Parts: sequence; C-alpha cells; structure tokens
Amino acid sequence: MSTEQPLLRLPLGFEYVLPLLQHEGDPAEPVVAVGERVLRGQVIARAEGYFSLPIHAPTSGTVTAVEPRPIPHPSGLLADCIVIEADGLDEEEQSRPAIENPAAVHPSRLRNRLRECGVAGLGGAAFPTHVKLNPTGERQAEVLIINGAQCEPYISCDDMLLRERADEVIAGVQTMLVALDCPRALVAIEADTPEAMAAVDAAIEASKDERIERVMVPTVYPEGGERQLIQTLLGREVPSGGLPIDVGAICHNVGTALAAWRAIHYGEALTERVVTVTGEGVHQPRNVIARLGTPVADLLSFCGGYTGSAERLIMGGPMMGFALSNDQIPVVKGSTCVLAASDTEVVTEKHAMPCIRCGECAEVCPASLLPQQLYWHARDRDLEEAEAYHLFDCIECGCCDVVCPSHIPLVQYFRAAKTEIWARQQERQKSELARRRYEERQARLAREAEEKKRRLEEKKASLAARKKGDKEVKSEIDAILSRVKARRQQDSGEKGD
Amino acid sequence: MRFTTGPAPHLAPQNSVTTMMLRVLLALVPALLAWVWFFGWGIIFNIIIASTVAVAAEALMLYLRGKPIQRHLLDLSAIVTAVLLAFCLPPTTPWWITVTGVAFAIIFAKHLYGGLGHNPFNPAMAGYVVLLISFPVEMTQWLPPRQLVDDGNFPNAWAQLVAILTGELPGATTLDAISRATPLDVMKTELGMARTIAEITADPRFGDMGGYGWEWIGNGIIIGGLWLIYTKVIRWQIPVAVLAGVLLPATLFYLIDPDSHASPAFHLFSGATLLCAFFIATDPVSAATTRLGRLIYGAGIGVLIYVIRTWGGYPDAVAFAVLMMNMAVPLIDRYTKPRVYGHEK
Repeated sequence: MSTEQPLLRLPLGFEYVLPLLQHEGDPAEPVVAVGERVLRGQVIARAEGYFSLPIHAPTSGTVTAVEPRPIPHPSGLLADCIVIEADGLDEEEQSRPAIENPAAVHPSRLRNRLRECGVAGLGGAAFPTHVKLNPTGERQAEVLIINGAQCEPYISCDDMLLRERADEVIAGVQTMLVALDCPRALVAIEADTPEAMAAVDAAIEASKDERIERVMVPTVYPEGGERQLIQTLLGREVPSGGLPIDVGAICHNVGTALAAWRAIHYGEALTERVVTVTGEGVHQPRNVIARLGTPVADLLSFCGGYTGSAERLIMGGPMMGFALSNDQIPVVKGSTCVLAASDTEVVTEKHAMPCIRCGECAEVCPASLLPQQLYWHARDRDLEEAEAYHLFDCIECGCCDVVCPSHIPLVQYFRAAKTEIWARQQERQKSELARRRYEERQARLAREAEEKKRRLEEKKASLAARKKGDKEVKSEIDAILSRVKARRQQDSGEKGD
Repeated sequence: MRFTTGPAPHLAPQNSVTTMMLRVLLALVPALLAWVWFFGWGIIFNIIIASTVAVAAEALMLYLRGKPIQRHLLDLSAIVTAVLLAFCLPPTTPWWITVTGVAFAIIFAKHLYGGLGHNPFNPAMAGYVVLLISFPVEMTQWLPPRQLVDDGNFPNAWAQLVAILTGELPGATTLDAISRATPLDVMKTELGMARTIAEITADPRFGDMGGYGWEWIGNGIIIGGLWLIYTKVIRWQIPVAVLAGVLLPATLFYLIDPDSHASPAFHLFSGATLLCAFFIATDPVSAATTRLGRLIYGAGIGVLIYVIRTWGGYPDAVAFAVLMMNMAVPLIDRYTKPRVYGHEK
C-alpha cells in the first residue's frame, strides 16, 4: 500500500540523533565536541578498527550532546549517540574527490572509499560493505547477487528505489563487480514488482553491460533472506555456519549498490536512505528519503500522522522487525521500514495452547527444520537435543510462529534457547579459564616448592662444603696457632737461658 | 507518543486450533447426510450424547488438572473426538455404551496422558477398541440400510431414540430381528465358509463397489477429506499413504485370486477405510509429523487394515491399525528428520 505515492525527500528537521553503533561490528568513536559546528558529510565519529564504520553528520548544525539515548534495538536500551541541532543551511563538506574510473584503481581503494563514507548493508543487517566486498575465504566470488527482493511483507523501499533510481543502482553494481573482481551479477526482483523490473531492464539495457542480468524471484517470504535467495537463484545451499562466499556468492542490497555508487562517484557519505512508512496506523503510507538520525515521529507526521488505530510501532517488517517503545527513536542505516500497525494487522496479545503436532511449522520452515521438535526441547531446556535438531540453523524468520494454530511463540523459545546456549558456552569458557588458571597456579606452586627445595639442598651442600672448608681453615689456624705457641715457648725458653 | 512492545514476529497468527477442529466437523457433514439417509437418525442422537459426555468429561478433567476450562473447551477437540467415535458406532447403540466409550477416550486416552497434544494414542480409537472388546454383541448389531427394509419396518427417529435409551425397539419388532451383519462381517464369515466373492456379493447388502449405502457415506467422506486438504487442515501424505497401503495388497491378492479375495474397491468403500484415511489417521497429535514419516505411518496403517481384515480375527481393523501405528510414531519421527538447509544428509 506504500507504493502508490512517489518517493519524496523528507524536509529538514531540527534535531538529529546519531547512534555510534548503526552497523554490525564495533561502535564508532566520537571526534566532535559539544558546541562544535559540523557540516553535512563530515565525520563526527571515526571507525574503531576494521570491523567498524565512521558516522557522518546528516546535515550542517551544532553538536548539542554526546549522551546515551534510546536507539532502535530490540532491547530498548540506551546507547551513546551524538545529537546535532540543524541550522537549516544544510552545508556540505567536500573532502572526498570523485573516483572517476573505478576500473582503473586498485579494489582496495574502492573499499577504503566505501569505509570512509560509512557504507553499510541497507537491507536491514547493516553489515559494513567494505568487509563484505573483501572476501577472505578460499573461494573466489563467482556471482554477485543484488537483492531487490523485499525481505518482508509491507516493506517496499527497494521496489521504490529501483523504480526511480535504477540507473544509479546498476552503476553501483558495476563498481561492486570491479571491487570484487567478479565475472557476473544477478539482480533479483520479486515477481509482483513489474515497475521495478522494467526500470532495471531499461537501466541494464542502457549500461550495455553483459555481466549483469535481471532475474525474477517468487514473492514468498522469506525470499529476501540471503540464504534463501542463493538457493533459489543458484540451487546452492550455504553450508551451516558458513558464509555465502563458501558457495561462490556475495549478496548486496540494491540500496547498498546505490550508496556505493554515490560514495565512489561523488564522494558522498551515507547520510540518508529510503524508508517505507506504512501500516493502517498512518494516514498516507509511502516511501520517503530520510536523513539518518531523523526521529521516527518526523517520518510519521510527514506521512499525515497517526490514525486512531495505531497500536504498535515497528522498525523493520512485521516478521522480524522490533517494536519501538516511543517514536523519538532515530532512523539508522539498517532502518528499512517504519510500520505503524493497527491491532488487526499485528497481534498484541496471544494465548498459547498446547502443541498439537500438526507440523505446519515444519511445512513452512525455509531451513527445513522441525520447529515442533525444537520447541519441545527448547521448552524442556534440553539444549543438547535442541542443538542436535540444528537450533542454530534457525534464521528466526517467524514463519512457524505465524502459522502455528496453537499460537505458541516458537521463535521466542528458540531465541531464549540460543541465548542460554551462548551463555553456557561463555560460562564453560570462563570455568575452563578458571580451571586452567588454577592448574597453572598449582603447577607454579609445585615448581616454586621444587625450586625452593633444590635451592635449600644446594645451600646445604654448599654449607656442608663450607663446613668441610671450615675444618680445613680451622686446622690451618690450629696449625698456625700451634706454630705460634711453639715459637713463643721457644722464645721464652731462649730468654730464660 | 509511546507504544507497547512485544517480541517479533508481530503478524497475527493465521490459524487456530478452534478453526481447524471446526473445519474437521464441517467436513464430516456430507458423510453425515448420507449416513442419515441410509441408516436413519440414530447417529444424530449418538453424536448429541457423545458430545455432551465429552464436554462434561473434558471440563471435569480440566478442572481437576487446574487448566483454564473455557479456553480449552473452545478448542473443540473433545467434540471432534466424540463425533468421530459416534461415526464408528451402530445407529442404535445403547446410550451407556456411548457414554463409556467417550468417557474412556477423554479421561483415560486423552487427559491422563497430559491432555490435548500429549496423548500418544488416538482417543476416539482407544475408546472404540475398549467398546469393541467389552461389548462385542452390541457393537456389531447394525441396522441394514433403510432402502433394504420393507416399507414401514425400518425404525424411524423415535424408534431409534427409544432403542438407544432402553436397549430395545418399541413395538413388536426386536432389534435382533431387524439388525444384520455389516458387509465386511458377511464377507469375513462367508469367505470362511469357502464361498466365492461372486456368490457373496450377490446379496443386496453389497452395492456396486462396497456395501450398499456405505459407498455413499464413503463419497461424502472423500468430499470432506479433499476439502480438508484444500484448506490445509490436513496434508495429503497420510490419506494417500493409508489408501495406498490398503489398495496395493488388496489389488495384488485380487489379481492372484479374485474368487477368494474381495476387490480393492470393496476394501476402499467398506467399513471405515476412508474415514480412517481422511479423519482418523490424520489426527495430528497421535500421527507422525515429518513428511516422510507421515507416508510411512499412513502406509503402515493401510497395510495393517488389510492384513487384519484378511487374516485377523476382526472384520474391520481401523482402530487396531491406528493404535499400533500410534505406538511407532516416536520411532518414525526420530528416523525421518528432513535434511536441514546447509547440512549434508
């Protein structure tokens, strides 16, 4: 329902809140002080290590705070954010020159540029793009998959982006192919988005690039999942616990391709993204281009505000997104969608009944797991058995939950079981460490005792040796003394004569 | 603005146990109409008695076990058990037999094992077997189809109700005088007396394919069963496997010796084969849950039905076949786990 309106850019707001951790990996380190004026695109927090990304100012203005604020995270916890008060001028910093011919430079320069520009996966997971474009496995990238299949129902940001900016996406794909040294790319589009498909076809046609091919995939959730898409397109399965590169594939979202293109061709930092604003709880569902850090409330008021039926605010889709406790939470790199759902669209309360073993969960599981058995073991906290039923291959897509006639919160059980197993592993590692420490200490003590004993014996031996020496000395002294005595006696004897 | 939160997925569930059970009940309507047409109103009284007892027993057990009564009664699973059991009873079964069977099914076979979802045995079949073993005479006293009885002699609704409540028909005709053996029964006894299939099926109680009247109930069950598959209340594996399990040996023996083995169609359209395939073996709680497991489970039931009918001591064998395969379910499920994405087999 959000695709009827054209893509619009959200007008500038007053305040932007930028969490230091917007991507998978390590949080960035602030480099601005409160009161400092910043320009759009200026680095306000630098990347900490390879597995991190810098944060850029989304507009020009003044830093008003660096403090913990609510961030978009399922935990609902606070985390450090940089707060910028916009000055309305939207002045840009021009510090990164365009890379005119990406094919002529070393791929590492392209990756560096993406890192400088803070480009992360825009499909939701926000994985640093430069890391993903630098596969370290044994296998070469054989095919680059550009994911234009929406990850969840309701979300249409990739669809709208393709309709309006397919040429830039394709240009981004070409750059990515260069960075990866990869021979071909597949752009996956869902069957029910014909406009996007036509736009992509036209863009590929215009690019005259034979390495890029558009493919249609069925509109079945969770088709937008990386592993499922690879299975559909290549007929290969990513091994359990492995990465797509293990089967020669690399997946990137269409929005990421666009951001990569803007970063390389214009030196533009990632400061905005397309967000779907939808649900029965909002008056005019549509897709907007929003600056990162914009409070969700601004998006909703731009889309006509809440209807009376808004019951739950979800960031992401209805299947894997998380509920927001308030609408002051900002848009971040991974925010695909803001869903203001009514109580007919989402469930706000459900009573679980006993499992009747109908097996519908197994029918819909994209990983071919047996959720009903997993549930059994997870509920009884028989975690070893749960692992034996491949608990860790669950991608938490939520399909089993939705089809369960007994309304059992299956995914919640699985998440809890996974967390508990991780906790136990940590516990085990800790106790292993403690055990090792204890053993080392015992060994050290034993070694020290041994050493002490050895030294004692040495000392004894040397003492004994010295004693022997003493005797010698004594006898020598005695000899001397006796000689002296003898001489004295002799002397006195001579005097007496 | 503040909102309440909750864990993902947020999408409302698309199905409920109540909906599934309600659909099972609706799917039985075509067969029920055929049943009433051929055997009279007795089954309606049996369903009423059975359902009342089932609800009462369920409520009592829920109360004793400290479970929320209303929510569990509304899942309708007790009613489904009661109705399926009533479908297996002769139309004039005395009320106390129905009561005993349903009470055993709900109290012993269901709740003493932990209630909905935990019973290893199909409750309706467990109840049926208890009745068949305890009251063999009453359980085999079937009325012939109305169409085969001279005008005016077939017991009407009132007469059947009296028979159910008192154990005997009103008026001069006794139950003994009017009741007949079922076609499956006839087949078994007469084959035992070395008569050929052609001689046996010349009896008016045999129709084109199975027993007269029974085949139309079978058609009703097929319609309902296909609708259940269409609405995804059940999956195709169990019905197909049960029917294949019956039909393959039946066809084989029929081809070898058609004189002393009933036709595959007769096995399909007599007794409870179809009811079993679509409504009884498909009880999710006591059936296997994996796809391959369901095929094995269903085929096992089908083959057992044929084996017991042909060489065993009972004319029909659905209940025994189902209970025996129920026992094998944990084993079947254990060895038929599907290959998980990203794992080698």
